[in-house]
Amino acid sequence: MTRQARTVFALTAPAYLWLAVTVLLPLATMLYFSFLTASPLGGKEVQFTLKHYTDFFTKQIYWYNAWRSVELGLYVTALCLIIGYPAALGLAKYIKGRWREAIFLLIILPFWSNALVRTFSWTMVLREPFNILFSYPAIVVGLVHAYLPYAILTCYISLQAIDDSLIEAGRSLGATPAQAFRRITLPLSMPGIMAAIFLIFVPVIGSFMEPRILGGKDAIMLGPIIEGQFITAFNWPLGAALSFTMLGMVLLILLAASPFLKHQMARS
Amino acid sequence: MSRFVLSRRSALALMGGAATFGLTGRIAHAAGEIKVLNWQGYGTDEKWALEMFEKKTGIKVVHDYFNSEQEMLTKLRTSPGTYDVVLMNNIYVMEAAHEGLIQPLDTSKFSNFGDLAPSLRDSDRFVMGGKHFAIAWVWGLTSFAYNTQKISAKPDTMGALWDPAHAGKVGWRDDALESIQIAALATGQDMNAPADLEKVKDKLKALKSQIKTFWSSEDEWNKYMAAGDYDIAVYWSGSAARSKKAMKLPVEFVVPKEGAIGWFDGLTIADKAPNAEGAAAFINFMVDPEFYVKWDNDIGAPASANAKANAQLPADALNRTVLGDPEVVKRVQWMAPVSDEQKQKNQELWDEVKTSFAL
Repeated sequence: MTRQARTVFALTAPAYLWLAVTVLLPLATMLYFSFLTASPLGGKEVQFTLKHYTDFFTKQIYWYNAWRSVELGLYVTALCLIIGYPAALGLAKYIKGRWREAIFLLIILPFWSNALVRTFSWTMVLREPFNILFSYPAIVVGLVHAYLPYAILTCYISLQAIDDSLIEAGRSLGATPAQAFRRITLPLSMPGIMAAIFLIFVPVIGSFMEPRILGGKDAIMLGPIIEGQFITAFNWPLGAALSFTMLGMVLLILLAASPFLKHQMARS
Repeated sequence: MSRFVLSRRSALALMGGAATFGLTGRIAHAAGEIKVLNWQGYGTDEKWALEMFEKKTGIKVVHDYFNSEQEMLTKLRTSPGTYDVVLMNNIYVMEAAHEGLIQPLDTSKFSNFGDLAPSLRDSDRFVMGGKHFAIAWVWGLTSFAYNTQKISAKPDTMGALWDPAHAGKVGWRDDALESIQIAALATGQDMNAPADLEKVKDKLKALKSQIKTFWSSEDEWNKYMAAGDYDIAVYWSGSAARSKKAMKLPVEFVVPKEGAIGWFDGLTIADKAPNAEGAAAFINFMVDPEFYVKWDNDIGAPASANAKANAQLPADALNRTVLGDPEVVKRVQWMAPVSDEQKQKNQELWDEVKTSFAL
């Protein structure tokens, strides 16, 4: 082993070891559980089965609610970007100095409070004056609020890295402000937008706490169903199988989107 | 070198001494101590009661809690010899007895045993081979409560939850088993084995226009009722007494003519309990009127299995007026054990119903 390899090994080994023990091991256990007829904790006889995976495709409640989760993920991600991108653009290009720091603080502030507290405080605002508590829009509002900072921060980082002279050059060559944005700023900020999409879409489709507290009768999605399998039905194998199916779906969506992503990245 | 050996030896001696000291200290402590396994905030851990008990017997009570009945069973399986008194819903007592997790009881050690309601005390859920494995402690009902300021005529039927007059004002608990049992009662079926599950499912789907939102804890129920989200809501009898007394909510619990879901809990002594004598004394104290009356008066409790204790409650107490009425008790259907397979079917049915709400 060369000295450099040893250094790399010494630097990365603790992190990989930590990840292996805390992330991969429990995940591997859950993957194993998802192929069993019952959770092996109660001292019961268990057998190998694929039933929990076939259930997902044959029973309407599972695939329909999986679609509901994906739909929610699309709404929340789109809204976060629609609200967050202009905010990031303003912060990166038009606001300077003290004001920028103050506004950053306001954006990060929600992160400092517990997610449950945040959601419960929304129940008060959404009841009066908006009167949309216990409905689908309430879930979207709660989740957009929770994930908006991700969109603003990731877009900001890629926007502030854009050299202003590139835009000036474009303008001096006759581009309108709209053209300059579309042909220069937007493509160059693509990595930030993509990071925001990954960071928001994936946790939102697995969310269960916000739907349950804010959604009332519209709360049913795959997230709450998985929670129910773990907490009330004690069917860990089915809960695990549904989780891994969801994971598989996310990977498929990303795989399907990857040619487009590569294209965008290459352009920037 | 010799100095090193010496110091190592003395260090070992020191450690051994500490270990011995720790061990004897613990044994001396355990003689006057019992360990209780229960839900948090469920009677056995009332501070005043533990002080009262310690003054009487000199026994100190320490607690450990569980968040689900499965967790309780797992704790008993994995840590034998740790717990003395264990609270158990009647459904789980026979399972625990078969597994040898709890011990048969010498009923002569419980001076209050003769005052317990025989229907609960000698239930086949508690007795195996002529031996009692649990002492009946408290019982309660699940049906619904209504806001007396919003609804003037007292509803007497489960159908009130489906009454269009309360559309969008009904509270429901997000629980598969409870939902199915209520719908079974409402459609006139045996709630433990509904013959026509399709009827149950359709009845539940008809709640779409009725339900405002789901509640998952007593605290949430109180909040939603106080905020005016609910006019009428599925609820538990002991909690209703607390909401009325402690939260001053204008609510009344109803046992409708179709019946209500009944449950009862027993106190058991774990197999290999370190202090079985102390455990028996504590259980006897828990079913004694002295503890129970104060518990229900000050905090609000489920009904006691001890008839004498219920009779000492104030004349307006729910546990005396409603649950103490033999006509009411006749209408109760007691919850039976549910197999894992049935649990899964229930969950699927309930998930299907909830999906139809969101469509």
